[in-house]
Formats: sequence, structure tokens, C-alpha cells
Amino acid sequence: MQADSLAIDNSAVYSGVKAVSEVKNIKKFRIYDFFFKKTIGLFAILFVILLLGIFITLLLRSIPSIQAFGLSYYTTTTWNPVENQFGSLPFLTGTIVTSFIALIITIPFSLSISLFLGEYFRKGFFSNFLRNAVELMGGIPSVIYGFWGLFFLVPIMRSFEEKMGMPPLGIGIFTTSLLLFIMIIPYSASLGREVITMVPQNLKEGALALGATKFELIKSVIVPYARSGIFAGILLALGRALGETMAVTMVIGNKNALPTSLFGPANTMASVIANEFTEAVGDVYLSSLVQIALLLFVVTTVISIIGKQIINRFGKV
Amino acid sequence: MKSNIKIRKFKNALFKTLIFTFAILSCVPLVLILYNIVQEGISSLNINFLLNLPKPVGETGGGISNALVGTLILIIISSVISIPLGVGIGVYLNENTKSKLSYYVRLSADILMGTPSVVIGMIGYLWVVKQLNTFSALSGGIALSIMMLPVIISSTEETLKLLPYSLKESSFALGIPYYATVLKVVLPAGLNGIITGVMLGVARIAGETAPLLFTAFGSPFMNFNILKPVSSLPQQVFIYATSPYKEWHALAWGAAFVLIAFVLTLNILAKTLSRRWKVQF
Amino acid sequence: MKKSLFISIFTILVSVSLFTGCGKSDKEEPVKELLGAGATFPYPLYSKMFDEYNKSKQIKINYQSIGSGGGIQQLTSKTVDFGASDAFLSDEQISKFPAPVVHIPTCLGAVVITYNLEGNPTLKFTPDIISDIYMGKIKNWNDEKITKLNPDVKLPSKEINVVHRSDGSGTTFVFSTYLTRVSDEWKKSVGAGTSINWPVGLGGKGNEGVSGLVNQTPGSIGYVELIYALQNKLPMGTLQNKSGNFIVPSLKSTNAAANSTIPDDTRISLTNSDAADGYPIVSFTWILLYKEQKYDNRSEAKAKAVVNLIWWMTHEGQQYNEALSYATLTPEAVKKVETNLKSITYDGKPILQ
Repeated sequence: MQADSLAIDNSAVYSGVKAVSEVKNIKKFRIYDFFFKKTIGLFAILFVILLLGIFITLLLRSIPSIQAFGLSYYTTTTWNPVENQFGSLPFLTGTIVTSFIALIITIPFSLSISLFLGEYFRKGFFSNFLRNAVELMGGIPSVIYGFWGLFFLVPIMRSFEEKMGMPPLGIGIFTTSLLLFIMIIPYSASLGREVITMVPQNLKEGALALGATKFELIKSVIVPYARSGIFAGILLALGRALGETMAVTMVIGNKNALPTSLFGPANTMASVIANEFTEAVGDVYLSSLVQIALLLFVVTTVISIIGKQIINRFGKV
Repeated sequence: MKSNIKIRKFKNALFKTLIFTFAILSCVPLVLILYNIVQEGISSLNINFLLNLPKPVGETGGGISNALVGTLILIIISSVISIPLGVGIGVYLNENTKSKLSYYVRLSADILMGTPSVVIGMIGYLWVVKQLNTFSALSGGIALSIMMLPVIISSTEETLKLLPYSLKESSFALGIPYYATVLKVVLPAGLNGIITGVMLGVARIAGETAPLLFTAFGSPFMNFNILKPVSSLPQQVFIYATSPYKEWHALAWGAAFVLIAFVLTLNILAKTLSRRWKVQF
Repeated sequence: MKKSLFISIFTILVSVSLFTGCGKSDKEEPVKELLGAGATFPYPLYSKMFDEYNKSKQIKINYQSIGSGGGIQQLTSKTVDFGASDAFLSDEQISKFPAPVVHIPTCLGAVVITYNLEGNPTLKFTPDIISDIYMGKIKNWNDEKITKLNPDVKLPSKEINVVHRSDGSGTTFVFSTYLTRVSDEWKKSVGAGTSINWPVGLGGKGNEGVSGLVNQTPGSIGYVELIYALQNKLPMGTLQNKSGNFIVPSLKSTNAAANSTIPDDTRISLTNSDAADGYPIVSFTWILLYKEQKYDNRSEAKAKAVVNLIWWMTHEGQQYNEALSYATLTPEAVKKVETNLKSITYDGKPILQ
């Protein structure tokens, strides 16, 4: 009898000790959990602050140039580091012209890829091959595109220009646009493909039941439905083209003046920054370049936001 | 009526041909680029090329060993910064899908993805190089990490979204605290997807040149000190390619070959890995 | 398991790199590496010099040829140990520097006119023709001004593709200074500088970029340092100098042009010199560094290393100049170099005794 009562006492003590230690553990875990949740929340806040920080830095560093030139910075064509007179119109023009030409040439190609992968061959060997090829194209670094462009495209352009009686520079706006168009195909094509696959089956079946050919199906049902998504893809491709640096700087001719011909040299915003940033002596020169970067940042941000809005709205439909 | 059908059928066939032609033509540049690089680059590839340092102008036998090491160092620095941060933020997004902060985080990630790399390089210069008063691998790595973050964040979030909630539920039911659930149950389950994201991020930054022009700066020597300038593979391609010397052009082709092999292998690996992993769930 | 393996590998690598990076206060360890940036003009010479210096003294000199403008800017921001420029600083530029700067010339080079024409003919040029081409007034290769001067060369009826520098360049400074001295119109409308408002032409980055463009584009013309034309086997124009003689650019004619007196701070342009056999577009190229070497947290060892390097470059290193067609410094120039180097101080004390 005495042994039993002793045993009961021991186990009570034992379970009591255990209970206390469990409470302690729960407290410890609660603290860990608290810190863990706060840490990842902190990371998230830091990330947003990072983005704001980028914007604010660009803005602050542009102030000397904004004060010096004001709005005329966007309409003047002189880029004269000796006299500290800067106008960014040549680069705005170069960027817009090359990007838009590239975009226009891209549209039939990326639309074809989207339709090919989204409608004609959703599965199978051809589908896999094309899809992988396009994705690989998106992965090739810019400097390699530029290198290939310099040694392959430029000589071809040169002989073309010689035959046409134009100065055989090889480099210039048109070559750059060609190179850009090749580089941005993957961006518009993949987005376009995704939205085309999202067209509801019943809509398509309805059209087919009414006797539509594949072409008419695409023309009257798929494209109108997927229109906004295709547009978003083109917009994102534009954003990529505007910011492209290395490939452009290798084939555009680096002329800091308004382009005089489609086959002549010019310069773009991203390219002039890459060329002249390490040598920008003086506050005004440096901040002029930062102002160009600010403009690039703002434009690509707006494009990204609009593109994402369109995609989100499309997904909700 | 009959002719109408004929016309429609004709238009259909014509359109199909056009689509096929354009689609196939789009592959031509890729084939050409790969063919050119392999054809020209392979002749430069030998063990000396990979192990030697660059030689002064006019002397033969230069190599890309410092560029290879430099790219590796930059990738490591960038990964050390962006992987913990990116995965942490991805976890946060998955746990707090509808919060206001999540909205802004996703927005910031989209914006950062679309930001030109040269702008980020400029930020790297203004934030790091100017403060340390020297060009350094560290500043290059930081700039690259800013570019790698959005990739890791979105791939982590996508991966975690696909995991069934029952995974977490069963962990909680066993009394495992939240932080341990995430670190020891959820993340390992989604490890394949996260690794895929990391590989894609690395592939993206391995080929970047513009941000390194004003941060890592380049160096003709081997360098392991992250507070000093360092060379990198894409930058060497740029320097050699835009030079007027034929020997350097040959080196450029070789370096381009190595770079593209690395980047494309990463891309292919990432895709195969994600395909295998996606089947499991 | 995988994750902890990754984490441990990362930590090891990071700590190793930080550890090697923690030689920030190099007061204790000897200086192993110096950083310089700037002119592409002397780059072939510098890369040879630094390679030899590394072999004999085991000190690595990391020199990035980003253009003279880049050298000046990076020295202003104190991100490099020394800058290099073929454009000496103007009084205004000197006033913008945070502290006084010393100019040390290292060699003489020549800026040649190179072009891409079938058969690589040797063409004669007058200063007027060059300035007219670069102003866009002469547009064609078979313009009568050129054909009159070169009657036995068959010049094609092609448009002249003008190539200039796209980056801030000391070579541009030398070339444009020459043009202001020989053409009043150029002086009025364009002027001289490291980065000017070119009336015509496309831009190449660095001497390398310009020679590359000329090499690959038929019918083009450009200005590059002598060695770049020689190494790429590009033809060079024979230029008429102030005395009226047509001079072939070479080491000899470069040396001949360097006969003027040099001021104490060595800031002088040697273009369009009076020497009868001198090539008209010749220039020093300088290394720039701060007179007072104790700034930020630079160690005395580092200051000594830089000064010793430049002493070597202007004395023993001169043996490498002529093989690459750069002229060596005249004894008078070396004397001025030594005076200037001895004026460089660390914390007020001269570094060289």
C-alpha cells in the first residue's frame, strides 16, 4: 500500500513537471513565431521601400539638371558636355523610333506564334519544339544578341545598303530595330499564347457549330476575346524594348543627335547612359544622365502597371 | 453558295500557311545565333582558354579564367542576398494573400521586373560605389540581387500556392509551431519549385552586362576580394567583341559560347525540374 | 537536409570572401593592387607596362580604359588611385576638383587620320581638308580638293563616312585642339574638348571602337592613336604641318614634334608645333593623381605604391614605349616629371626623398 501511494505521488510530480515544461515550450514557440512573422513582414516592407528608394534616388539626383534646363530638356537636341548644355530629344527619338519599328515587325510574328501554340498545335512535338525555342530565345543575354548582331546582321545590312546606294554603315536605326524585334518576340508571344488558350471552349464550339472555318473562328471569336491579353503582351514587349541596353549600344552608331535617316546612326536613352555614365564629370552632366534614367524608369513602370492591370482584369472575366 | 465556301476555305488555308510560315521563321534567328556561336566559339575553346588570365593587347594565349570566377562570385553574392529575402517575401505573400502590403509587394515586384538593368546599375553606383568609394564585386552583386529578387519572389509564391493546405493543417494538428511548419514542412515540400525559381533568377543575371559597367567595373586579374572590382563573363564578351583586334574577337566567340551554354543549360534544367515536380501534385 | 547544406555552403563562401575583403585598412599588409582608369590612347602601352610591372614587383595594376573623361570623373569621385587622360585639365576643371591634382606625362603619341579605301592608298591631307571633312563640307571621296592633292590615286565617288568618338576622349581633345589651331571656322563653330558637338559622323567607343568601325566600314575615315592604326594594318594619311611639309606619322616624326619648352606643371598641347619635320597632331598623355595622398582612408603604403609605380613608368618603364611606337619622354620632360612627383605628399610629408 505504501509503495502504491508513493508511485501515485511520483507520477503526479512527473506529470506536473512535464506540464510546466510544456507551457515553457509553448511560450518559446510563441516568441519564435512572433519573430518569424515579423521578420518576413519586415522583408516585405523593405522590398517596397527598396522600390520607393530607387524612385526617390533617381528623382533627387536629377534635381540639378531639372533646375538647369526645366522642361526644355525634353525638347532640345543639343548634347554638349563641353558647354554643359544638355537636351535629351535625340535619345527620346532614337528610343521611340527603334522600339516602335521593332514592335510593328514583331506583331505578325508573335501573333502567329501565339495562335500556333494556342490554337493549332496545343500539344505534341511541334508545340513543344516551338514553345521551347521561343523560351530559349528569351533567355539569351542581351550582350550576345548584340555581339551576333554586330558580326552577322551588320555585314548583311552593309551589303544591302551598298546595293541600294546608301552609305554602307551597317549599323543604325534599322539594324537596331531588327535586333530588338528578334529579342522581344518571346515576351509578347508567351503572354498571347496564354490568353488564347483561356478562350472558353463553349464559345469556340458555338462558332464551329455554326460552320466557321478555323480562320473565321480566330478572326471573329478568339482574337476579339483575347484582344486585351494580346495587347498586354505587346505592351510588355514594348517595355523590354525601351530598356534594352547592350545589344542596342553595339549596333546603333552612338550618334548623339537627331537621326536623319532610317539607316543612319542614332542613340537611345539606355545606350547613352551606358556609354557616358562613368565619365560624366560635373553635377549637371551626371544629373542629366540620371534624369534620362528617371524617365526610363517612369515609362517602364507605367507600362508594367498597365500591362498587369489588363492581365488581371482579363483573368477575372 | 458553292463559290462562297470555296473562298472561305481558301482564306482559311492561306491564313494557316501564313501563321505556320511566320511561326517557323521566328525560330530562324535562334538557330542562326546558336549555330554561329558554336561554329566560331568552339575553335577558341581549349583548356588554356578556361584557365588563363587575359593577356595584353597583341599577345596570344589569353583566357577567361578571371571572368568565370568573377561571374561565379557575383552570382554567389547576389544569391546570398536575394534567396533568403525572396523566399521570405514569397512566404509572406502566400500567407497574407489579401493584405494591403501584399498588393504593394506584388506591384513592386512587377515594376522591378520591367525596370531596365542599366537603371539598376546606376542605382548600384549611387548607393554602393559612391559610399564605399570604390568599384567592387559587392556593388555588382547588390545590383544583380535587385534584379534577381522579383524572380524568386514570384516563383516562390507560385510554388507555395500550389501546395495543398492540408499539408500545413496536418503539421499544425501535430502541434508544430508556425515557424517550424513553414521552415521544415512547407518549404521543403516546395523545394523543387523554389530551386527552379533560383535557377531562372541566376540565368537571368548571369548574362547581365549593363549594371556591371558601373559597379563591378572589370579587372584583368583574378580577384577573390569582394570589395575590389571584378571581371565577368558578359563584360568580357562586350570588351572583346567591340575591340578592333582579331584575336580578341576569337576570344569573344569563345566567351559567348561558354556564357550561352551556361545560361541555356540553367534554363533547360529549370524547365525539366519544374515539369517533373508539377506532376507530383 | 539539402537546405541546411546550402546554407552552410553559402555561409562558408560568404565568410571567406568577407574575410579576404577585410583587408580594408591596408596599413598592415603590403599593397598588392592598384586601380586606375582613363585614356584609351595609351592603353596598349599601359597594358604592356603593367604586365611587366606585375611580373617584376608582383603588384597588380587594374587599369580600365574607359576614356579620358571617365578617368577624370573617377578621380574626382576618388574611386580610383589614379586617372589617365590625354586632355590636361583646364583651369576651370582644376577648380572643380576637391583638391589639387598633379599631371605626370608618361609618353608621347600621335593622332593619325585613318581610312578604309580599296587598295589602302596613302593619301595626302591638308589641315583644311580634314576640318572640312569633319565639318561635313567635303562629303565625297572624289571631291576635287582631295583629288588635286592626290593625283595618282583613283578615288571612288563614295560618300565619306565620318567616324569620331562617342565617349569623353582625350584623343578627341587632341584632335579638336589641333583643328581649332588650323581652322578659324572650326574654332568658332565647334571648338575643342573631350566630348564635342560633332557636326557629322557616327561614334565609336574608345580608340578601339573607332578603329574597329573604320576597319569594318568601307569608305570611312577616323582619327586614332598611331599604334591602333599600325596594329590593325590601317592606312594612315600624310598630313601637312605648319611648315608646309607633308609628314608621315611615325615614331620619328612624333619625336621631332616634341621640341617645344614644357611648362613646370607639364600642361601643354604639342599640336601644330613649329618643328619642320614634326607630325602636327602629337600629344603627351598624363597620369593624374592628387597632390596630397592622404584622403578618405588611404594608407601611406598605398600612396607610396602609386608614386613608385609612376616613377617606374617614367623611368624604367620607358623601355617599352618605342616598340609600340610611342615616343619616350625627353630628358627635359623627365626632369619636370621628377619635380612634380617629388611634390606629392602624404600628410604633408613628401613621399619621395
